[in-house]
Amino acid sequence: MKLLRNLLKSPMFVIGAGLFFGTLLLALVGPLFADMSLDRVAESYAPPGDGLLLGADNLGRNYVALLLHGLRNSLYVGFLAGIVATTFGTLVGIYGGFKGGLIDDLLSVTTNLFIVIPQLILLILISASMQEGRSLTLIALIIGATGWTWSARAVRAQSSALKSRDHIALARINGDGTFAILLKHILPYLASYVFMVFIIQVASGILSEAAISMIGIGPLDTQSLGIILNDAKANGALGDGIWWGIFPATILITTIAFSLYLINTSMEGVFNPRLRRE
Amino acid sequence: MPNETPIFSAKNVVRTFGSGKKLVTAVDDVSFDIADGEIVSIVGGSGCGKSVLAKIMLGLYEPSKGSFQYEGHKITNQKDHWDEVQFIFQDPFSCFNQFFTIRSQLEAAFKIKKEKLTPQQISDRVDAGLMAVNVAPKDIEGKYPFELSGGQMQRMLLARIFALRPKVLIADEPTSMVDACVRANILDYLMKLKEELQMTIIFVTHDIGLAYYVSDRLFIMHEGKIVDQGKPDDVILKPTSPVTVQLLEDIPEIHKEWIKR
Repeated sequence: MKLLRNLLKSPMFVIGAGLFFGTLLLALVGPLFADMSLDRVAESYAPPGDGLLLGADNLGRNYVALLLHGLRNSLYVGFLAGIVATTFGTLVGIYGGFKGGLIDDLLSVTTNLFIVIPQLILLILISASMQEGRSLTLIALIIGATGWTWSARAVRAQSSALKSRDHIALARINGDGTFAILLKHILPYLASYVFMVFIIQVASGILSEAAISMIGIGPLDTQSLGIILNDAKANGALGDGIWWGIFPATILITTIAFSLYLINTSMEGVFNPRLRRE
Repeated sequence: MPNETPIFSAKNVVRTFGSGKKLVTAVDDVSFDIADGEIVSIVGGSGCGKSVLAKIMLGLYEPSKGSFQYEGHKITNQKDHWDEVQFIFQDPFSCFNQFFTIRSQLEAAFKIKKEKLTPQQISDRVDAGLMAVNVAPKDIEGKYPFELSGGQMQRMLLARIFALRPKVLIADEPTSMVDACVRANILDYLMKLKEELQMTIIFVTHDIGLAYYVSDRLFIMHEGKIVDQGKPDDVILKPTSPVTVQLLEDIPEIHKEWIKR
């Protein structure tokens, strides 16, 4: 794989991918080694030490277990939101860009309408109006459904530039229908691009979930990095100098988002030859 | 067997783009008949409307005014039309999808045929098409478009036509992107298509020398109109339009010998 070799030459990619796979590994393998029970094991806000690596929260629960649960759920929300936003946005963008004309205009207007609605406000309204049943999956779907617009915009431009290429015309006189052309003759050319969009969507999915959980309208009856922060904030950990309530979760969120952005930026340098340094 | 009904019949065909002040007339009141088995060249400079005319023949554009008929009827269903009328592109580099092998793309072309063939028959037809352009099928086995040179790619487009065996071929400047040696080859293959498969060929070009070399009839186009037409010798030796004279004067010296032949 020449592409992978090129990517590995970029230090930015190596750092980003290393950090990301590190957190992924932590989420996947961590539960095998750590005690995952969320029972009361210590007194409220017990400091690190005494068998508790990162101390305990206000209910006396082991922070390591909380963080591992939270990390797994945050990644789940991020990936699900990323898949939804990328798939839907790519479909709308690729179809509109290829079709052109009235259909493209309608889809563009719809996309632009959704872009001007601030995503966070929409998220807050939807989440706040649902008092019950705010599951992780539902929150992920809402984030995906409000975040697809940028994927659509990005892909539409590329698809529209590709449609007048000769190989599309050849596919037409070979007897391919619109759908086959989109799938076989346009999507492969955009694959690297769609993948980069997907990475950004995952990062923004994780950040959006953390943001709405932080203000207390995230998923119910479960854990996520945002919920840990919300609990810590609500119980005065910040004012009392309980750093183990705030920092570990913050560092995890920042690391994931930062590593994904690093991967995206480094890929841009490899996929776009004009930015490539030899 | 040559058919009495002309392959293409154009009567006062006009094709315009845009409207109002921006109205552009690409093809202006053009009438002609093209008989079965003819090689006709449409010659003209850039922007003379020859490519638009080719697209009307291919059924991609409808005439704005006048009537354009294929074998005595209007072109209504594009897929049915492309079963019989095929096209060769100007730029061989850009017309294959770089993510699939050449062979799979040649075989994919059979989707347009109404006559359904078995995979084995399709594979045999593709082999035959490749042989016709002097490429051994094993030479392109598993190869992707970016692994071939421009000349080879242009031959792949011709192999596609040999394999598909359409009734009519429209070739839009098939020689413009390749060197002189490959160009001569391509012209020979075009002649072979006509001789072996009795194909009607519409050859669109800006090069009157090449057109003279291959055609039964020449159409000289200028600003959307056909300004001169007839047998190559008549058009070249007794030009009736100043445009033809200009085109003849612009022939590079190296091609002159073909004309004087």
